[in-house]
Amino acid sequence: MTLNQVFFGYFAFVIVLTSLLVVTRKNPVHSVLWMLIMFFHVAALYLFLNAEFIAAIQIIVYAGAILVLYVFVIFLLNLKQEIGDEQRVGEWPVGLAIALSIGLLMLIPMAGIKVGMMGKWGVKAIEDETHTVALGKVLYTDYLLPFELASLILLVAIVGAVVLSKKKKKVEGQ
Amino acid sequence: MKIFEFIMSEGFFDMFLDIVIIIIKIAVVVGVAMLHVMYATWAERKSIGRMQVRMGPMEVGFHGLLQPIADGVKLFFKEDIIPANADKPVFYVSPVIIMMSTLVSLSVIPFFDGFVVANINIGLLFILAMSSIGAYGIVLAGWSSNSKYPFLGGLRASAQVISYEVAMGLSLVGVMIMAGSLNLQDIVKAQAAYPTGMYVVPQIIAFFVFVVSALAETNRTPFDMPEAENELVAGYFTEYSGIRFALFFLGEYVGMIVMACMAVVCFLGGWTLPPFIVKIVPFVESVPFIGLFIFLAKLYVCIFFYYWIRATVPRYRYDQVMALGWKLLIPLALLNILITGVIKILA
Repeated sequence: MTLNQVFFGYFAFVIVLTSLLVVTRKNPVHSVLWMLIMFFHVAALYLFLNAEFIAAIQIIVYAGAILVLYVFVIFLLNLKQEIGDEQRVGEWPVGLAIALSIGLLMLIPMAGIKVGMMGKWGVKAIEDETHTVALGKVLYTDYLLPFELASLILLVAIVGAVVLSKKKKKVEGQ
Repeated sequence: MKIFEFIMSEGFFDMFLDIVIIIIKIAVVVGVAMLHVMYATWAERKSIGRMQVRMGPMEVGFHGLLQPIADGVKLFFKEDIIPANADKPVFYVSPVIIMMSTLVSLSVIPFFDGFVVANINIGLLFILAMSSIGAYGIVLAGWSSNSKYPFLGGLRASAQVISYEVAMGLSLVGVMIMAGSLNLQDIVKAQAAYPTGMYVVPQIIAFFVFVVSALAETNRTPFDMPEAENELVAGYFTEYSGIRFALFFLGEYVGMIVMACMAVVCFLGGWTLPPFIVKIVPFVESVPFIGLFIFLAKLYVCIFFYYWIRATVPRYRYDQVMALGWKLLIPLALLNILITGVIKILA
C-alpha cells in the first residue's frame, strides 16, 4: 500500500461518512457544516488528480458562495419547528431498498470499465504547463463554442432571476 | 521488515527532513504573525490616540508597551460564558474557523525571496478561498449565539462579505493577466521586470478596488456594519467572552495582516525595491535579509493606512455599503479587466 492509497482511502472514507451525516442530521445548520467538511475533502481529491485550479474553484464557488447562500436560506426557516418534526416518512424502508438496488445496478458495470486512450494532457504535460494554463488553453481553443454556450445559458438564468424578482409596477387606478 | 527498510532508506530520511523544515517554518511564521498582531493592537490604539490628540495607552510599561501582554493575560483568565440556549458545538467551532482560515492564508505568502511555507501554483486563489471560508465563522457565530444582535450582525456580515469578495476577486484578475501566473512568487518576480517595479502604477484602478474591498472583507471601519457597536452592541461576537472573544480578535487582526500582505505582494512589488532605486544605490541588494525588511516596511505602511482610515472616515449606512460594492467597485473592476486585456493583446 503506497502513501497515495492511504491518503485516497482517508479522503474517500471521510467523504462517504460526512455525506451520510449531512442527510441524517436533524438540524439543517449542522448538515451544512458537515457538507462544508465534505467539500474540502472533494477538493483534496481534485488535488490528487493534479487539478489544482478545479480544487480552488471547488472551495471558492461551492463552499464559499453556494453553501453560504444555503446557510442564508436556512436561517430564514423556522428551525425550532424543523427540528421538532418527524425526520422520516413511514415508508422509508421501501425508499432505502430502491436506493440500494439502484446503487447495486450501478456497481455491476464497474467491472467492465476500460481505461480509455491517453490524450495529449497527461500528468507530465500538466505538471510542465501548470494546471491553470492547461485548462485555459483547452477551454479557449478546442472547446470555445461549448464554453461560450454554457456562459450564455448562465447569463440567461441570471437575467431571468432578475426579471422574476423585480417588483411589478402597480396598475393605475388600483 | 519492509517497513524497517523503508524507514532506513534515503527517501524516508529526506521526507522526514522536509517535514521538520516545514514545521519549523510554520512555527516561525505563526510566532512572528502573533507578535505582529499583539503590537498591531498597541500601534492602533497609539496612532488613533495621537490622531485624536490623546496619548493612547500609557500605564503598563514604557508608553504602554506592555499593554498587549496585559490584555492577553486578562483575556485568558476571564470567565468563559456560554448563553444557555446557544448551539454549543457551532458556538465552539466558529471562532476556530475564523482563526484557522486567516492563519492558513499566511502559509502561501512569500515574505522574501525563497521564503514561503507552501509554494503552490494557485496561491492567489488559495487566499481568496480561505477568506471566503472566514465568512462561515462570522455567520455561524451570529446564529449559534441565539441572540438577536449577533444574529443581525451575522446576516449583515454574510451579505457584505459575499458582495465584496466578487469585487476583490475581479480586481486581482488584472494582476493575474499582467503577471500571467497565480503563483505569488511569480507575481512578485513579474513586477520586478516592470519599470517602476510595482503593479500599483498600471493597475491603479484595481488597486483602489482592492483596498476598498479589503477594508470591507476584514470588517474594518468604514465598513464595520457587522459589529457596529452603537446599533448591535458588538455584532456577531456579542455573546463571546474570555478566550473565545480573544480568538475572534486575533482572527480579525491576522485577516487584516493577510490583506495587507496581499496588497504588498500583488501591487507593491513584494520584497523587491523599484529598479531605479537599486540603480542609484546598488549596495542595498547585498545587505542580508534586505528583502524581509523591505516587505515589512511596505506591510507597516499598509497597516497604518487601515488605522488612518479608521480615525478619519465615519461608518457607512448599510444600503450605501451594498450600493458601493455592486454599483461602483464591480463595474470598475470589470472595466479594468477589459482595459488590461486589450493592452496585453496589443503590446
